[in-house]
Amino acid sequence: MAEAASVAAESLAGSRARAARTVLGQVVLPGEELLLPEQEDAEGPGGAVERPLSLNAGACSRVRVVCGPGLRRCGDRLLVTKCGRLRHKEPGSGSGGGVYWVDSQQKRYVPVKGDHVIGIVTAKSGDIFKVDVGGSEPASLSYLSFEGATKRNRPNVQVGDLIYGQFVVANKDMEPEMVCIDSCGRANGMGVIGQDGLLFKVTLGLIRKLLAPDCEIIQEVGKLYPLEIVFGMNGRIWVKAKTIQQTLILANILEACEHMTSDQRKQIFSRLAES
Amino acid sequence: MEEEMHTDAKIRAESGTGSSPRGSGCSLRHFACEQNLLSRPDGSASFLQGVAEKSRERLIRNTCEAVVLGTLHPRTSITVVLQVVSDAGSLLACCLNAACMALVDAGVPMRALFCGITCALDSDGTLVLDPTSKQEKEARAVLTFALDSVERKLLMSSTKGLYSDTELQQCLAAAQAASQHVFRFYRESLQRRYSKS
Repeated sequence: MAEAASVAAESLAGSRARAARTVLGQVVLPGEELLLPEQEDAEGPGGAVERPLSLNAGACSRVRVVCGPGLRRCGDRLLVTKCGRLRHKEPGSGSGGGVYWVDSQQKRYVPVKGDHVIGIVTAKSGDIFKVDVGGSEPASLSYLSFEGATKRNRPNVQVGDLIYGQFVVANKDMEPEMVCIDSCGRANGMGVIGQDGLLFKVTLGLIRKLLAPDCEIIQEVGKLYPLEIVFGMNGRIWVKAKTIQQTLILANILEACEHMTSDQRKQIFSRLAES
Repeated sequence: MEEEMHTDAKIRAESGTGSSPRGSGCSLRHFACEQNLLSRPDGSASFLQGVAEKSRERLIRNTCEAVVLGTLHPRTSITVVLQVVSDAGSLLACCLNAACMALVDAGVPMRALFCGITCALDSDGTLVLDPTSKQEKEARAVLTFALDSVERKLLMSSTKGLYSDTELQQCLAAAQAASQHVFRFYRESLQRRYSKS
């Protein structure tokens, strides 16, 4: 019936773009468009607001906004490409509109330049180690990228070793490359990770939560047992405590942290501290 | 007496060849061909067109390709595995919804969400959305549409049976209205997931 069709067409309000400011902290879905602050005035609720003539044309304030993970630039708006909570960080100093990004929970890691990751050496070919970092391609690590390594003094790295390093090249077009020294040539904690211990995988969101400054979970875990722990941004955690049982308990706690509220966590920690 | 043509020796027998639709302009189903199956006649061939499984896979793949931002992951294959736990009708629409949710859960960058809606037209011309298996079997025509979340545009349609042009437009309009419910359900379930953190 023609009537039914026209009614259906009216109820289809195409999703209008919303202002990014109003959506901060809420869950956004792929396909939504977000307006940046300076564009809100032009887009009134009806959409057809008359713009007052500005006498000093060309003095429009252009704010430089950084488009973080989960967002893409689409014309002069932001298009959401991943599902998650929208976050914003004010610029620390100077001009600029700050950074917008989408906090999503995913398990799959995509290499990003500058990230510190834990990799597993899978092959040694000539001067290059191939390291599995959980991405779509293994990263390459040159034997000279270790502290104090020279052509004569090669680092002692075998297939199957764990490596903590950072990416120097990581984009969609090239094979990722990682190194175990910083820009000054010092190891700074990077390199081959020692014997024993346990490596396990968690979601990327949990790693970011644990690495945030003043994370309660890490402080509480530290009070439980003395431990060594390494966090890789690719979702891998290496943990080592005095005995195997303690190591396993710590691994289970960290894996379960994702789904527990802080009260449940405190209960578990107090129960463990007693025993 | 008939002349017998001995062509076997001269012409090499071709073993089975398959072909798949190539290019975006060609919309044929998958077909496969095998020649020289029988030895007595001079020539024989078998032609197989339209395997149901491959066709459903191709439909879901084309819908996903239209929505996923593949340029962010060159030289990478994204595999979606769908397992049918139980089939109570509207299977293709259910597969499309599952594929969309799985891609969102994996964090694959997409330019929109999509959903699948099935309509069945019975002999009276009554429109039934999301039919059961029984309703699908008795229907005159079964139409499945994949719609995107931004402007409810049509991404894919797969139809079987007899229907008129106006009926197609009606089904499409009904599917577009119904897709709102599906997208609202997506939003609620994703909000519930993120509220736990």
